Amino acid sequence: MEKHPLNPAPTISVPRVVERAAPVPRWLRAIKEVRHRLESGLPVLLITPSLIAVLIFVYGFIGWTVYISMTRWNDVLPDYTFVGLRNYVGLFQTPRFQADIRNTIVFTTLFLLGAIVVGFFAALLLDQRVKGETFWRSVFLFPMAISFIVTGIAWQWLFNPQTGINLLLKYVGYPGPLPRWFTDPTILFGVKVGAIQVGIPVALIPVVIAATWQLSGFTMAMYLAGLRGIPEELREAARVDGASEWQIYRYVILPLLRPVTLSALIVLGHISLKIFDLTVAMTGSGPGFATDMPAYFMFETTFRGNHFAQGAAIATLMLLMVAALIIPYLRYSLRRETEL
Amino acid sequence: MKIGRIWIYIALLVLTLFYLLPVYILLLTGLKSFAEADLTRMWNWPTQPSLAAFAKAWDKLSPNFMNSVYLVIPATLISSFIGSINGYVLARWRFRGSEILFPAILFGMFIPYQSILIPLVRFLQSIGLYGSIPGLILVHVVYGIPITSLIFRNYYASIPGELVEAAKIDGASLLGIYRWVMLPLSQPGFAVVAIWQFTQIWNDFLFAVTVTNKPAQQPITVALQNLAGSQIIEWNVQMAGALLAAMPTLLVYIFLGRFFLRGLLAGALKG
Repeated sequence: MEKHPLNPAPTISVPRVVERAAPVPRWLRAIKEVRHRLESGLPVLLITPSLIAVLIFVYGFIGWTVYISMTRWNDVLPDYTFVGLRNYVGLFQTPRFQADIRNTIVFTTLFLLGAIVVGFFAALLLDQRVKGETFWRSVFLFPMAISFIVTGIAWQWLFNPQTGINLLLKYVGYPGPLPRWFTDPTILFGVKVGAIQVGIPVALIPVVIAATWQLSGFTMAMYLAGLRGIPEELREAARVDGASEWQIYRYVILPLLRPVTLSALIVLGHISLKIFDLTVAMTGSGPGFATDMPAYFMFETTFRGNHFAQGAAIATLMLLMVAALIIPYLRYSLRRETEL
Repeated sequence: MKIGRIWIYIALLVLTLFYLLPVYILLLTGLKSFAEADLTRMWNWPTQPSLAAFAKAWDKLSPNFMNSVYLVIPATLISSFIGSINGYVLARWRFRGSEILFPAILFGMFIPYQSILIPLVRFLQSIGLYGSIPGLILVHVVYGIPITSLIFRNYYASIPGELVEAAKIDGASLLGIYRWVMLPLSQPGFAVVAIWQFTQIWNDFLFAVTVTNKPAQQPITVALQNLAGSQIIEWNVQMAGALLAAMPTLLVYIFLGRFFLRGLLAGALKG
């Protein structure tokens, strides 16, 4: 902990040997003393503006939001009358928010599955010593460089029920009625719970595909880095022991990639819980809130409907979800780093 | 064995088709005229490919495109510089509480920004920066502190300690080491951070749509999204506009992709 390679302990003192060699005038020593103090305080001084900014803009504002979520401020003018958890109770009774919870769970699950499977598959292919690896890799990764808005516009055009994919399906003679994609209000495996159908909203599937398209390059890059980090000797040793290629992947490589999967799941998972731009550009709330997300509800109710307290309550719940995922991960990552 | 290799390339081609399809359709539709960009002929080639839709999209979007330029350049420069100072301090100097400070700063890059938006808007209104590009610059600089500090911290930690020790023995001060040892070695670090911030800020929609209210002040992402909301949707203009909006970050990615990848992996806390 004290002296790990990433954080060498500060030793800023000038060797005292010089001072002992000849008597140093007192005024010079005083200057050195002042300089020494300044030097040891300087790191703190340099980082203080940023710390204050983070303290106010992150932690202060979060505190302010949490406070707003417990007030009666549901109109244009601020009203800081304390009402406890009333906004939260109201929120959980709102069918739209219930749909949001369902959608977040379904979207996150399907999207993570898609990104992990596609990304891992792409990384496996690239790990076979293929020709033109840089080209393929660049193609798989470029969607990460463009905005969710552009992605949403392109995929909305492709999944428009009257054209795009459906037109291709018509060309190849797709039997039966064409899929209605994000205009379909159907909930697969729907079970009525309270005011909403719990199940898989069909309209979410195009959004999952677009998100997978955009972010699977990230899992590909993570897995490829992971695969490259596995020493060739390990595979060689397994081969000598008579393991087939498939067995090598199953029993040697996959277990070693588990930390990579964990990192990818957490990074993509927290993005998924916050998803906003993509649904704005692609579907909005969707039919019967089939593609509505907490972030979109928060935006509409706060900045279009002036229900600030309700918006703050949604935001606070989103923060709790993300924190539950990220805080253990931060502790895990940083602890591992100091153990190196 | 040979046949197995062929399947690998076929699979790679299929994946490539999947990844390039949306760009293909943006380009195809963007090259069409208004009459040809119709629902029933989406996959047809334009009979007379023209850049008219691009010209029209540029006409509508160029003020917002320029807003994004005026936003992204100062915001990227300032946040890279701040990240460099913080990263240097966090990588090289331990002081009381530094092991708690770092994760506390990092947490700020994961939070859903919804949880700070209402106070942020009130704050910007109170200091008169709401609805302006300088306001957005401030926002991106502040919320860029965690990621830029992280990338620079990991970068500076990889610079051999002997260099710093040698400079110290030569009597260099803390700032002297930064100025004469770290900064000259910082170019790759700056490249990673600047490209990361450039991409993030250019593509941002949430801050853009909540902090700016007048169309004249809005960055490109918001203007592009609004283009879709107009009464008659001119698909060709919208697709051309989407490509124009994606162009700067795409160009950066094409020419400086390796730095982009490093920023990406740093975001997953891998040094």
